[in-house]
Formats: sequence, structure tokens, C-alpha cells
Amino acid sequence: MDATKFQSLPPEELRKKLLQPDEITGSEILLRCLLLEGVECVFGYPGGAVLYIYDAMHDNPDFYHLLTRHEQGAIHAADGYARSTGKVGVCIATSGPGATNLVTGIATAYMDSVPLVVITGNVATSAIGTDAFQEADITGITLPITKHNYLVRDVNDLPRIIREAFYIASTGRKGPVLIDIPKDVSAQVTKFHYPENVYIRGYNPTVHPNKMQVNRLVKAIKEAKKPVILAGGGVVYSGAHEELIQFAEKARIPTITTLLGLGGFPSGNDLWLGMPGMHGTYTANKALQQCDLLISVGARFDDRVTMNVAGFAPNAKIAHIDVDPAEIGKVVKTEIPCVGDVKEVLTLVNEKVEPADSEEWIRTLMEMKEQYPLRYNDSDEVLKPQYVIEMIYETTKGEAIVTTDVGQHQMWAAHYYKFNHPRSWITSGGLGTMGFGFPSAIGAQIGNPDRLVVSINGDGGMQMCAQELAICAIHNIPVKIVVINNQVLGMVRQWQEIIYDNRFSHIDLSGSPDFVKLAEAYGVKGLRATTKEEARQAWEEALETNGPVLVEFVVPKEENVYPMIKAGDTLDDMLMGDEQNE
Amino acid sequence: MNERRHTISVLVNNQPGVMQRVSGLFARRAFNIESITVGESEEKGLSRIVIVTKGDNKTIEQISKQLYKLIDVIKVVDLTDSPMVDRELALIKVNADPSQRAEILGVVETFRAAVVDISPTTMIVQVVGDTRKIEAMVELLHPYGIRELSRTGVTAMMRGV
Ligand SMILES: Cc1cc2nc3c(=O)[nH]c(=O)nc-3n(C[C@H](O)[C@H](O)[C@H](O)COP(=O)(O)OP(=O)(O)OC[C@H]3O[C@@H](n4cnc5c(N)ncnc54)[C@H](O)[C@@H]3O)c2cc1C
Ligand SMILES: Cc1ncc(C[n+]2csc(CCOP(=O)(O)OP(=O)(O)O)c2C)c(N)n1
Repeated sequence: MDATKFQSLPPEELRKKLLQPDEITGSEILLRCLLLEGVECVFGYPGGAVLYIYDAMHDNPDFYHLLTRHEQGAIHAADGYARSTGKVGVCIATSGPGATNLVTGIATAYMDSVPLVVITGNVATSAIGTDAFQEADITGITLPITKHNYLVRDVNDLPRIIREAFYIASTGRKGPVLIDIPKDVSAQVTKFHYPENVYIRGYNPTVHPNKMQVNRLVKAIKEAKKPVILAGGGVVYSGAHEELIQFAEKARIPTITTLLGLGGFPSGNDLWLGMPGMHGTYTANKALQQCDLLISVGARFDDRVTMNVAGFAPNAKIAHIDVDPAEIGKVVKTEIPCVGDVKEVLTLVNEKVEPADSEEWIRTLMEMKEQYPLRYNDSDEVLKPQYVIEMIYETTKGEAIVTTDVGQHQMWAAHYYKFNHPRSWITSGGLGTMGFGFPSAIGAQIGNPDRLVVSINGDGGMQMCAQELAICAIHNIPVKIVVINNQVLGMVRQWQEIIYDNRFSHIDLSGSPDFVKLAEAYGVKGLRATTKEEARQAWEEALETNGPVLVEFVVPKEENVYPMIKAGDTLDDMLMGDEQNE
Repeated sequence: MNERRHTISVLVNNQPGVMQRVSGLFARRAFNIESITVGESEEKGLSRIVIVTKGDNKTIEQISKQLYKLIDVIKVVDLTDSPMVDRELALIKVNADPSQRAEILGVVETFRAAVVDISPTTMIVQVVGDTRKIEAMVELLHPYGIRELSRTGVTAMMRGV
């Protein structure tokens, strides 16, 4: 991979050079500030309003920019970079259509609390508000889907604003921050001054918890007989996986991980019960329904987790650890609110916590886990999608970074790839954005040049950002791209079968390209498998290939994801997929 | 659910777009707004927004927490259960033939309101008070025929120090 040449100077020398109080343009200020924030790679796409910025990149040996083939590809790549590294992802686009092409990606990052700094160009300040060519009110458009946004009116504000944007994006509950830079501002010249400190009066995230609430939690655990931990994305974002393991083991509490919490607790740990919710495991859902103490650790009680809230965890006292006070009590009534960073809170809790009286409860759940594992009807005639994921898991020993798109394949990947490390599972949970899976893998690979990155996609979603194959080819970015081809919009098909009485409406994807040829057209190796044996061979070849490979696995369209809970039902009402036989 | 009217005072950075951030938040999260007013505050660079809203305790708690998440929001105070002064101003253009003027003036005086404009067929009445007072005034003037009504919305402040 030649994509990671990154900075040419050693960090200290570079810093000194960047901090010089030179007379420079807004564009040069932007690039310097990004480098000073430690940005390794910017994903972007040029256009009229950002041409001064792109001009400043020309012949700048310190600044690395990756040209994608669509702004959506750029922002999902920045997102994958951020989720997999924990650092802030950065992307850039021009005004108007460039900026609006970022909207889906901004909303995706916002829903899952991903730290991004998004730079857009805009028309010159004098033209703002006149419906000028390629003008769009991107700060207005993105108000509800950014943690904060800025329209820069004066070049002298630029360094402060960039510094604030990184600080806001990467602290507290993380999220995307957008900076809109009018063209004239990017051209204005001023003396560069870099503010070392950030002070934002209205922004003070609560990181350290209230000690009294911590004590109440410790006491509640001691009194509990059927406690359960619901661990979410917050564990991963906070880097608190080790504290979580210690907590669960010391307090003897079985642990469930949400879709975004996967990898935040090792699936190999005996106390792990799997994922909850709509497509959760039998044991995880039953544990939620039967527990007497439910401790949410950085999970926001999403409706795909609680399902019908009125019937959710009916016997539980609820404790909630969350850095965002607005999440506490938003969905469920909470007895023990712990506002703070998961790592900080668990560190305190772990000092004091004593084991719950939970051994019998653990035994019951372990038996349940044994009796109701995730399962599917394997076949020797046809290749099953679950088999493909199991094979990918086994051959990569659970050590890959896996990104997914949205749909059935996403749920199968969540079920059959077992995660043992945080930041190894990258998926759009809150917005459920098709088109995310493949470009996010490019960002993850850039951020983790030494790890194996596998991107699992459906045949529908693969076509939403397939153009980024070009990037893999020209930079030799060695992502292993998996397409689970079931010839339909599988997840929609499943709903139409189960909820809409087999009335299949507009799910047929015939007319899709030959994915192998598509890959080859871009200069990426393409392989296809239709049987188990071909699948093993093709996958092995992919793993042995130095560089990007697309592997298409042709699977039947009738396969469904189970367990499944229909909207409106409670976690007790799981369809297990074998109802007809019972 | 116990829906109640709440008066919330929000101290914000006086930045372009700050009203849009606040009102957009209310719209997006389906919080109700009965009135919203804004003006400069005691501190340079900060404005005070006063919002009258309706909701149960859970909603009001969410409103406050969500407001705090806006970077430009410095402080949120729910004045509802504190001793407070809340006032709005209304201009009411009412039909007033010369023959009715004296009668209307009588109503205006009892409310300690003022007549700020007179034309051959109309008068503009200006009244200041809490929402109940404004509504009572409007009610009393109604029989004469209200041609135009313009209200500022409520601004409010806690009593004492
Ligand atoms: C097709 C499809 C099916 C799905 N089915 C399921 C399903 O069956 N089961 C399931 O679980 N999900 C499912 N999801 C995902 C679901 O929609 C939600 O995205 C997910 O459940 C949210 O997980 P979360 O609450 O753990 O993470 P997030 O939504 O990321 O929430 C994280 C929480 O942690 C807090 N937080 C962040 N940082 C910190 C910190 N440093 N310290 C403390 N707190 C912090 C945040 O404030 C937030 O409250 C599905 C999605 C799709 C697209
Ligand atoms: C951008 C976008 N449009 C529509 C949807 C709704 N949707 C969710 S899953 C799905 C089907 C996905 O089909 P495919 O990519 O083939 O994956 P499969 O479910 O077959 O694994 C659709 C259309 C979505 N999540 N995102």
C-alpha cells in the first residue's frame, strides 16, 4: 500500500515549521492546523469553492489527501478511519452539491457518535444568500445532524475554529463538526497564530461521575440476584474494554453487547451472552426480560434493542452510565443515573464493587446459551451466507477489522463473526446507511495499514459506493471485499415475507453487474464462489493476495435472519425460524 | 401525563444562527413552543432567550438537557417554580367609533394599559402584563371588534437576588 507515506518530517521539526507566524492564506492556515491536530490523511473531492485549498495542497509534502470518486465515499472513509483508530476523521468537499453529498455521511456519523471534522467550501461571503452558483446553506442543512457547526466569516477566526472543532468532535459524546469556509476566506492572507488552548464557555462535558451515584450502583449490585450488563458503543468510544472485563468478572455479571458494542467485551468470555434486540440472541433477550438489575454501560436503549419499551425489562431496576446526560431517562425510567465517561466510572466502580449474589442466575443463563445457540440450516447443496461468515471468521481467527453494509449480511456478520477486540467491528447502526460498508473499509485500512480489513456487503449496498474500487486499485489498498449476493434486497425481502404476507415488492436486483467483471474493470482482482468448496478456495486465494480482492459469494435469496422480533413486539416474542416445525 | 406550562430562560452566545439552533431543536424533537423571545442580556456577547413551553416533567427535563448540548447555550433555568416576574406586551388595534371611545378608555384604564394611537374609526391599545392579563384584555376588547393583534411573547426573570 503506497497510501500511507504520510508526513515527511519528524513530528517535532514539522511542528516547529508549522507554527511559524508567517503571512499565509486561509487555505494554508487550514492545512497547517489540520497537520498540527495530527491529521494523517484527508479524504476529499475538489470543486470551485475549495480551489484555493486544493491549490495549497499542491506540492505540499507534509499533507496527505486521498481523492475518492464521490463525496459520500470520502466521508464514509473518514468515518471508517475514525471508528477503527479512535482518532478524528477528516474530509473535505466543495460547496453546493459537494456539501450536500456529504449529508448522509454526516448523519451516519452523528447517530453513532463518530468524531469527524468535515470541511466544506462555500461561495464568497459577499455572495452568500444570493442563490449564487453552487450555493447551499450547509450549516443550516446540517444543524440537526452535527454536534456543532461553523460558518467562518473572518480568516483570523480560522485557527481558533479548527481547534474548537477538533476539541468538540473528540471529547464528551463524540460527533461530527462541520466547518464551512467561504471562498474569499480561504484566499485571505493573515499572520498565522495558533492558539494552544481551547476554551469554550458553553461546552463542559461531565467526565467524572458523581460519587454518590457510584456508591448506589455498588450497593445495588451487591443486592442483586439477577444482574445484567448492557454494554454499548460508549465502551468502545471510551476505550474502556479492559475496565469492562474487570467489572463483569469482579462483580460476576453476565454481559450483553449491542450491535455497536460488539468487540467491547470479548465474545470468548464465559459471561458474554451475545447481542440483544430485534436480531439478538435468545439468551441475551431473555436475560434482559428476567433480570432484576440492568446496568447500561454506554448504550442508549435504542428501539432496536428495547423493542416495545412498555414490555422491556419489566422486573429490572435500571442503572445507566452515559457521558450524555440527555440519554439518561430519555427512553426508560432510570433509578441510578451515572453521568460520566465509561472508563472513569468503571475505574471507580471497580475499586469498590463486590460480587453480586448471581451464581445461580449465571448457571441458568449458561444452560440457556447452550440450549439456544445461534444456528442455521446448513446445506451441502447450496452455499449459505452464514457459512460464508463462519468461514471468514475461522480463517482470520477473529483478528480482522470487519466493516459491513446494512441488511441481512450485516446481521449475519454480527452473529457469526466473533469479536474479541474493540474497534474491529465497523457498522452503521443508528442510521443504517447502505453504501457505508465498502468505503468505510478503505478508511479503516488507511488507519490500520498492518491489519487485515474485510468488508462484508450485500449485492444491493455494494452498488451504492462501488466507484471507490478505483481507490483500492490505484493505491493498492488491500481491503478484502466480500459481496454476499442473494440477488435481492434481502432484509426488505425478509420483512415482506414475514410481515407483509409474501407480497414481494421491488426487491429484485436483476440487472446487477457481474461483480467479478466490475472489480476487474477497475483493476481489482475479482473471484466468485457458488459452492462451499469454491468458497473456501476463493477466500483462501483472496487472503493470499497482496492487494485488494473482491469475492462474490452467490447464496440463495430465501435465507432469513433469526432470531427476529417484529416491530411492536417485546423481547420475549422472538421468532426463531423453526416455528413451522414446532 | 401532567402537562404544565413552563417558562425557561436560556443564556446563549449572541452568534448568528443561535435562534435557529434553539428553535430547530424544539421543532426536531417535537417540543412545543408557545412563545419565544430574545434580546441582549446583561453581558456583552450574550443574549437571553425566554421560551414558554408545555410538557410533562420528563419532556421538560429533556428540553433542558438537549438545550445544554448546544455549544452556544451557556445556561438554562426553568423559572416556573421560582418566584418570577413574567411579562409580555400586546398591541391591540380595536374598532372604536367616536361614540365608543369613552367606554373603551374605561376598560383600558382599569387594566393600567395605554392608548397609543387613535384614528377616526380605530384605537391601538398597548398593554403590558403576564399572559393572563393580556388574555383578559383581549377578551374584553373582543366585542368591539379586534382588527389586529400583535404580541411580543413572554420575557421573564426571577425575583430577588
Ligand atoms: C438492520 C439493522 C438491524 C439492527 N438490529 C439491532 C439488534 O438486533 N440489536 C442491536 O443491539 N442493535 C441493532 N441495530 C443497531 C441499532 O439501531 C443501534 O444503532 C444500536 O443498538 C445502538 O447501540 P448503542 O446504544 O450501544 O450505541 P450508540 O448508539 O453509539 O450509543 C452510545 C451511547 O453511549 C454514550 N457514550 C458515548 N461515548 C461515551 C463515553 N465515552 N462514556 C460514556 N458514554 C458514552 C452515548 O451518549 C450513547 O448514549 C440494528 C441496526 C440495523 C441497521
Ligand atoms: C441508503 C439506504 N436506503 C435504503 C435502506 C433500507 N434497507 C435496509 S436493508 C435493505 C436491503 C439491503 O439489501 P442488500 O444490500 O442486498 O443486503 P442484504 O439485506 O440482501 O444482505 C434496504 C433497502 C437503507 N438502510 N439505506
